[in-house]
Amino acid sequence: MEKKNYGTHKLNHIVGKIQGAMIKNKNIVIALLITLVLALPYIISSQYVLRIIIMIGVYSILSLSLGLVTGYAGQVSLGHAAFYAIGAYTSAILSVNYGISFFITVPVAAMIAALCGLLLGLPTLRLSGPYLAITTLGFGEIVRMVLSNWDRVTNGPLGISRIPRPSILGIELTLANNGLYYLILIFVAITTVVMLAIVKSKMGRAMMALREDELAATMMGIRITYYKVVAFVVSAFFSGLAGAFYAHMIRFIDPNSFTFDTSILILSIVILGGMGTIKGMFLGSALLISFPEFARFLQAYRFVVYGVVLIMMMRYRPQGILGGQKKTEYKLPKGVDVGQSKETAPGKTGESINTVEEGV
Amino acid sequence: MILDQLVNGLALGMVYALIAVGYSLVFGILRLINFSHGSVYAFGAHMAMVFVGMEYGIVPALIFSIILTGMLGIAIDKLALAPLRAKNSKRIAALITTIGVSYIIQNLLMIVYGSETKFFPKLFDYGNINIGRVSIGTTQLFIVGVSLVLLVLLSYIIKKTKIGLAMRAVEQNHKAASLMGIDVNFIVTFTFFLGGASAAIAGTLISGYYQVVYPNMGFLAGLKAFSAAVLGGIGILHGAIVGGLIVGVSESFAAAYLGGTYRDAVAFVILIAVLLVKPTGLFGKKGNIKV
Repeated sequence: MEKKNYGTHKLNHIVGKIQGAMIKNKNIVIALLITLVLALPYIISSQYVLRIIIMIGVYSILSLSLGLVTGYAGQVSLGHAAFYAIGAYTSAILSVNYGISFFITVPVAAMIAALCGLLLGLPTLRLSGPYLAITTLGFGEIVRMVLSNWDRVTNGPLGISRIPRPSILGIELTLANNGLYYLILIFVAITTVVMLAIVKSKMGRAMMALREDELAATMMGIRITYYKVVAFVVSAFFSGLAGAFYAHMIRFIDPNSFTFDTSILILSIVILGGMGTIKGMFLGSALLISFPEFARFLQAYRFVVYGVVLIMMMRYRPQGILGGQKKTEYKLPKGVDVGQSKETAPGKTGESINTVEEGV
Repeated sequence: MILDQLVNGLALGMVYALIAVGYSLVFGILRLINFSHGSVYAFGAHMAMVFVGMEYGIVPALIFSIILTGMLGIAIDKLALAPLRAKNSKRIAALITTIGVSYIIQNLLMIVYGSETKFFPKLFDYGNINIGRVSIGTTQLFIVGVSLVLLVLLSYIIKKTKIGLAMRAVEQNHKAASLMGIDVNFIVTFTFFLGGASAAIAGTLISGYYQVVYPNMGFLAGLKAFSAAVLGGIGILHGAIVGGLIVGVSESFAAAYLGGTYRDAVAFVILIAVLLVKPTGLFGKKGNIKV
């Protein structure tokens, strides 16, 4: 048992060290990363790999949006694939049946998903814990059943095919001309910026407060239901966005693309990457989306391995890979003295404040 | 026609109740949604299929399946969940762990027995009994009978025996129960055994009713049974039974009058409707939050 603990500590130590080095040279790392991301399609020649990278982008948006609800506001949603599906179907139906351009259908699709988020959120968000989880799960299943039964609109289990690719000024964006790659890059960037803005604002702090302790947050005058609904609506909006992009990239959608497994995959990314982090979502998506591709040699066993990885992760690093690693020291406001003597061990002051591990 | 559907629904509902009890027992003690329960149920059905195939007769097959599935329940607790408890992990860690366990069981079943639908012999089929204009299949009677006996047995264990008393104590307060000399880990393991055993029986009964077995069978059945458990007030035994019956009956009416396509959605619609009116389920008690 002790040996295992040692292993975990060592892992924590290594992760911490790498992060520390990255924070020290922050500007260089960011510049390198941006160059790498922009040049990626020219480095990778294989369309197959590029497709996987685009899927990682789609799941980054999905996990960022669920991350706001689960990671920051602390509400477990097990039906996020529903919003993904609503976005995909809205955009696909509008463009296939009415020939509307991709750049109009995408915001409409995201709005419709957000509206559904509001309709689901308003009545259900006074539930908490397992009751909320099962309600969102039920919502996910209901959406899937409506999609596979409302033949007139959704074409039932056959799905919608021949969804047009997005095009700008008559140029079709495809995998081959890297258009889809840069498009998803823009979408991911928008999502990240909005999430960062929310998280760093008063709204984000209110959400974190209600994650840590709903009762205490209420006492401090935070309107918890309001913030829960906002988190839900924003989250649904971006899931719808991801869905719309997915529909136009894959060009064929059916109800089986949006099952409970998809919701669980998104939740697993959020937890694996580290709840309450933004970076973690990218890392989590990269790992979990590319995993089945890397694990092809395992063939039938790869989902067994997937299960084992989830279990091991929860056992040895439940806060996720990048979770619970806040490196910035907490500064007390000027003039506040907590009565600590000067002789406190030097390591003590630099210790990280673990916001994630304590919560939920 | 209406009465026929009612009988169908009651038989189905009793089986849901049996699965729901598994969710409810574990939730009562650990406050954990055990997502692996659906696949445990599928495992039970597969084991029964294997033993029925060996032709020792249905009763020994059922017993073997109960024992093996109960053992699986114990293994899940000992291997995956007990270490988390020892570390005092967050609840969501345990939730994800059960999802991982469910992936493992379901995919192993698929690898070992193939993902196709397999035939399961009909259980106790002696034709139909006609009462007035209603005809009741003996299979349905058998299902209702067996489930009823089991549910009574489970209630007896929980309400009247010493171990049941210990279970209720652990449910109320782990620490206090432990101070009173109750082996909390043993009680939790025993709960998982009970859950696994009842899932095995439910799996066998349903397979005997629909005559098919397949690795993914636990998914929808598990979700519906879970809805049933929440509907009745999760953690409460008679709540799970009433919830199971409501889900079963409404599903069979939906299948008859709305068409088969929407039957699977009805459980969730009812669930959400009930939760909106009474957020703790039909029989749930409002928990006190201590500041």
